[in-house]
Amino acid sequence: MNPLELARARPGPAFTVEFDGRRVPALPGRTVAAVLWEAGVTSWRSTRRGGRPRGVFCGIGVCFDCLVTVNDRPGQRACLVPARPGDVIRTQEGTGHAD
Amino acid sequence: MRTDLAVIGAGPAGLAGALAAHARGVRVTLVDAAPAPGGQFHRQPASGLRAARPQALHHQWRTWTRLHAALAASTVRLLTDHHVWCVERVSDGRADGFVVHALLGPEQERSVELHATALLLATGGYETVLPFPGWTLPGVVTAGGAQAMLKAGLVVPGRTAVVAGTGPLLLPVATALAAAGVSVAAVVESTGPRRLARYGGALAGKLPEAAGYAVRLLRHRVPCLARHTVLRAHGDDRVTGVTVAALDAQGRVRPRTERFLPCHTLAVSHGMLPHTDLATTLGCRLDGTAVAVDDQQRTDVPGVWAAGEATGTGGASLALAEGHLAGRSVAARLHGTPYTPAPAAVAARARLRRAADALHRACTPPAHWTDQVTDGTVVCRCEEVTAGEVREALGLGAGDLRSVKLLTRAGMGWCQGRICGPAVAGLTGCRLTPPRRPFAQPVPLGVLAAQHRHEPRAEPTPPPAEEGPS
Ligand SMILES: Cc1cc2nc3c(=O)[nH]c(=O)nc-3n(C[C@H](O)[C@H](O)[C@H](O)COP(=O)(O)OP(=O)(O)OC[C@H]3O[C@@H](n4cnc5c(N)ncnc54)[C@H](O)[C@@H]3O)c2cc1C
Ligand code: FES
Repeated sequence: MNPLELARARPGPAFTVEFDGRRVPALPGRTVAAVLWEAGVTSWRSTRRGGRPRGVFCGIGVCFDCLVTVNDRPGQRACLVPARPGDVIRTQEGTGHAD
Repeated sequence: MRTDLAVIGAGPAGLAGALAAHARGVRVTLVDAAPAPGGQFHRQPASGLRAARPQALHHQWRTWTRLHAALAASTVRLLTDHHVWCVERVSDGRADGFVVHALLGPEQERSVELHATALLLATGGYETVLPFPGWTLPGVVTAGGAQAMLKAGLVVPGRTAVVAGTGPLLLPVATALAAAGVSVAAVVESTGPRRLARYGGALAGKLPEAAGYAVRLLRHRVPCLARHTVLRAHGDDRVTGVTVAALDAQGRVRPRTERFLPCHTLAVSHGMLPHTDLATTLGCRLDGTAVAVDDQQRTDVPGVWAAGEATGTGGASLALAEGHLAGRSVAARLHGTPYTPAPAAVAARARLRRAADALHRACTPPAHWTDQVTDGTVVCRCEEVTAGEVREALGLGAGDLRSVKLLTRAGMGWCQGRICGPAVAGLTGCRLTPPRRPFAQPVPLGVLAAQHRHEPRAEPTPPPAEEGPS
């Protein structure tokens, strides 16, 4: 049993987004974090000081650990932002700005 | 936009409050940051996933269908995707009121205003997680966070999980993960049955619920390790397992009881803290870390009510009772009629508050949790400040959270100390005091600049043009 089967989900057709140059399938309604989790990806940021990998922590927009760059906009909370067809998602290095 | 009552937060407390006030003739606007109402407890699958059986991941589904139907049949104006970043008190000479400022999601680049005569803060709370070596590894998530991702995104973080910490959230989360096909290697709860039994009387009402979860966990063959704690999470770029150990009666790790549990996910929780930022900017008094309210759910600022987790942790049923009483009180006040409490809600509130209080005292983190926090452990996840740096600040004479923050930067990052606050307080022995945050969430500079441009002509405030979706 997986959660989609458990809740008898009949999502609309999947679309693709790009994550660090590779194509990843996405279901309509899912956040960027959910799309990446489904693809087996758990980290999409490296920290400013230690360069350590981070992903979802609180899952509800409070901790800001899940920051990611979407369509060249850094600092998006992956757990809140819905994935949209054609999104270009990139691992955020530090603040995501060249500084 | 103008309304009689602005309710901030569409969880159980906000929904009950909005419906109770609306039923008594109050014009209500219900505002929530999420794309749909429900809050944490009744969080629904994203509509695009078209789930035919969302109740498979829910409890008290009938309550939700009742709330949802009542909301749909009402004229309560629902504003979803509205992230409230600030609420101000205004006076236009005739009457006092409030302006609610909200960023429109998910882009959050544009801010809209809502003018209201009364305000109900039903903003809920967020989880506390205390640090341990390895807790910043990807795959370590809060228990509620795993639950939220599962309920809304119908997605799980990995094939095997350990659910750990303390408190009433662990069992429902472990049950939900197991039902969704995750192999739950163990539930690791630091409180033991004897400690729970000490509060048996007040907790009696909670027993059937707990027993229900226990049965389901047995069915999924999930072992429960009571009076155990996670010592560390292992892994390089993501978690690959955890070391757990037994605790003695004093909350110290018992020697030679360590064992390794392989897992892809560690879902951990040590309790909840209320969202109080909007209340503190309005000047509402806090009681410890929660918004202080009277028996009608009124804060000490006239025109401002609060209900649910914002006023203290206690679960969805308590939030419903408090929200309902708040809605009645608002209606009475706006109509100038006497407040008539609903006896059933008053009784439920009293009983559930007693149970919450007992759970709170029983489910405290292990007394000596800081012993496990090595100097190299990151405490402030945003600014990457280690326990060693925090301890050093203490040595330099820092006596409260503010000085520790100034010396180390712990709490200065994006989350504004929401996550590291309890940890820094525990490590330094300082009291946990919610800092005054000017805004409830980050605000784009452009939005702030636009607010400033408004200010010179703001007295008296002209009714603004309707903005944004309604
Ligand atoms: C991540 C998480 C998961 C949880 N899962 C469970 C569970 O599975 N089972 C369980 O029994 N309990 C769970 N809880 C506990 C839960 O908080 C309560 O049971 C119950 O939902 C509390 O109701 P409430 O109405 O007080 O707050 P909530 O249900 O938390 O509702 C508060 C609402 O306010 C909104 N809000 C907050 N701040 C703002 C703002 N500034 N602007 C706009 N909107 C805002 C939020 O989006 C949210 O919808 C969870 C808690 C958390 C933090
Ligand atoms: S996971 Fe905490 S903000 Fe997204």
